[in-house]
Amino acid sequence: METIKEKKAATNTKSTINISGAEAIVRCLLAEGVDLLFGYPGGAIMPVYDELYKFQDELTHILTRHEQGATHAAQGYARVSGRVGVAMATSGPGATNLVTGLADAQIDSTPMVCITGQVTRELLGSDAFQETDIIGISTPVTKWNYQVTRASEIPEILAKAFYIARSGRPGPVLVDITKNAQIEAFDFLYKKCKGVRSYNPTPKPNLGSIEAAAELMNTAKKPLIVWGQGVILGQAEEKLKAVIDKAGIPAAWTIMGESAIPTSHPLNVGMVGMHGNYGPNVLTNECDLLIAIGMRFDDRVTGSLNTYAKQAKVIHFEIDPAEINKNVNADVAVLGNSKETLELLLPLLTENKHEDWHNEFKKHHQIEFDAVIKNDIHPTKEGLTMGEVIEEINIASGNKAVIVTDVGQHQMIACRYAKFEQSKSNITSGGLGTMGFALPAAIGAKMGAMDREVVAIIGDGGYQMTIQELGVIFQHEVPVKIVVLNNDHLGMVRQWQELFFERRYASTVMVNPDFVKIAEGYHIEAKRVSERKDLKATIQEMIASDKPYFLEVKVEKEDNVFPMIPSGASVSEVRLK
Amino acid sequence: MEKEWFTISVYSENNVGLLNRISGIFLKRHINIEGLNVSKSEIDNVSKFTIVVNTTEKWVKNIVGQIEKQIEVIKAFYHTDDETIYQESALFKIDSALLFDERQIQNIIKESNSQIVTVAREFFVLAKSGRRNEIDEMHEQLKPFGIMQFVRSGRISVSKDEMQISNMLKEFQPNYN
Ligand SMILES: Cc1ncc(C[n+]2csc(CCOP(=O)(O)OP(=O)(O)O)c2C)c(N)n1
Repeated sequence: METIKEKKAATNTKSTINISGAEAIVRCLLAEGVDLLFGYPGGAIMPVYDELYKFQDELTHILTRHEQGATHAAQGYARVSGRVGVAMATSGPGATNLVTGLADAQIDSTPMVCITGQVTRELLGSDAFQETDIIGISTPVTKWNYQVTRASEIPEILAKAFYIARSGRPGPVLVDITKNAQIEAFDFLYKKCKGVRSYNPTPKPNLGSIEAAAELMNTAKKPLIVWGQGVILGQAEEKLKAVIDKAGIPAAWTIMGESAIPTSHPLNVGMVGMHGNYGPNVLTNECDLLIAIGMRFDDRVTGSLNTYAKQAKVIHFEIDPAEINKNVNADVAVLGNSKETLELLLPLLTENKHEDWHNEFKKHHQIEFDAVIKNDIHPTKEGLTMGEVIEEINIASGNKAVIVTDVGQHQMIACRYAKFEQSKSNITSGGLGTMGFALPAAIGAKMGAMDREVVAIIGDGGYQMTIQELGVIFQHEVPVKIVVLNNDHLGMVRQWQELFFERRYASTVMVNPDFVKIAEGYHIEAKRVSERKDLKATIQEMIASDKPYFLEVKVEKEDNVFPMIPSGASVSEVRLK
Repeated sequence: MEKEWFTISVYSENNVGLLNRISGIFLKRHINIEGLNVSKSEIDNVSKFTIVVNTTEKWVKNIVGQIEKQIEVIKAFYHTDDETIYQESALFKIDSALLFDERQIQNIIKESNSQIVTVAREFFVLAKSGRRNEIDEMHEQLKPFGIMQFVRSGRISVSKDEMQISNMLKEFQPNYN
């Protein structure tokens, strides 16, 4: 799929054309450079689908098998490409099925525009067939939403929707459009939105705060950078790398920031948080300066706030003023787009190496390697581990794949062991932890980056939450690789039951269907691996295939993910077993 | 941190859904809105929400940050009681017979600085503006005589310091036309 095609005819109309609201919606999408959207039709959105039919050469609509799938596909597309993902649904149940994806995009700052049909204006408030208050329902999970009840509002509102979704800290926007507004004709003229009076998306960097940050960074003895997705969203990867290289500061990432800097970078010290790496977690409570860049101190990252980095000064680089001092107080707050602020910071930094401090990370890594990593990746026991599967995928794909994960143990293992060379390569549901995310998100990711290998890593539980999207993969021959790591349990919940509920496995044992047969039912090539001797060759075959491919790996049923910070504990209380 | 009374002032574009968005921010944090008033402001086409909460400063900062983040919100502030001039108003509906029969009621009217809004055959209505405790005091005094209806408004307030909304809007303006 190619990148932005500015549709001249639709965009740059200087004069108006008299068209229906529905056609206007399609022309607005084209004017925003949209060439792909995901959705599901129904009564209240039919006029728009009729226009999509007419414009199908310019705008591809992918029929997902559930509206939730449409949102996750749009998210996957957005996360891999940096563009706004678009999802469409009808009123009532179509609209309510979008809610999980909206919430996911909201908490993970993913630019997405959802368009829903709504009953005709005259019927609003009458409990008409498939009327639901999607504006009320979606308010807490959208960056912005709006109900359009007149065709003439469409161009301005959609322009605003795209602008809001992508600017500043990105997020999901929902536009609900009544059926009469889709049918009415009006004089259409599209003008891109350049700003909204009451909305200041990107604070201007304040030089004073950047100087103060540089001063602290230059004098710190044990500085630690923790970066998040803000680096990716701000396209600041190169700037961050330059900062790290120049100042010689070890840098760790949150799950949402993964892949912004190559795994192999010598100063990349791994993941922070509940199942993050031992070194960065323990040393968070030993550093003298914590430099947070584009991250929001989620509780999965900080553990107990009362014992989080209390000894350290904190610098917070952040685009969203509401994040400053929300969870962790900042001694210096640097507001602004991460690329702009890091660029200003760079010349103020002095060169440094921090060798002793960096050696601390190496020592901790060795401890973790001996206690956990070795057995995860090179197990000596008979059963297959999730870690060795990920390692084989690294090898087969040359660390070049986009890895899309679902939620659970496999997610933590994949994020811990997947290796990346390129940014925007780790796509996961970080903030909401939405099971069912990966399969549709992988479809969207592949469609947003057709030149890249896309591998979905999914648990047997989450897979069955959106398994119907195999239909999309089949119908459109989307060449994604699907790996189900089957432990016949809701593994992550089972792990907690084992550790904190005395092994009472309440509703976490899964009696699973024949996943290979299901994939074959969708005419997708499918294999199952249960023994180590078949693993490498099968994964290589999968990666080498240019078609969709399903692989089920039967892994150990009761393995646990470590290290682990028990919830509510301190980052330095991270357990290795 | 101690709980205190705070007045949150929100300047916003007129928007149907905004009240819902703002109240959701409180709901999500389990913080009760003790007073709410929506009116026009000193600036044309800009609305002002005045919200009263009893919470800690940490939470009020968090809430104001979240409110300000809403697209239609131009600016949000919070103030402690000392930093604002504020009032509430109340209406008392009382049996007209009492006005003539009970001397004490006439004293209450005089001393409380309230106004008689209307007198009908059956009832008369008193209006009182002031601090919450003044209104409560008057309520206590009138209660023994029987209050037919009572209502009190949300707080309205103006800050002692300057609110530079007009300047802010002027700064925004040139970019967007
Ligand atoms: C929609 C949803 N429901 C419930 C949960 C709670 N939850 C978190 S992890 C997990 C288990 C996931 O099991 P599986 O998909 O098999 O992956 P595994 O942990 O075994 O790798 C559950 C139920 C969730 N995150 N999302």
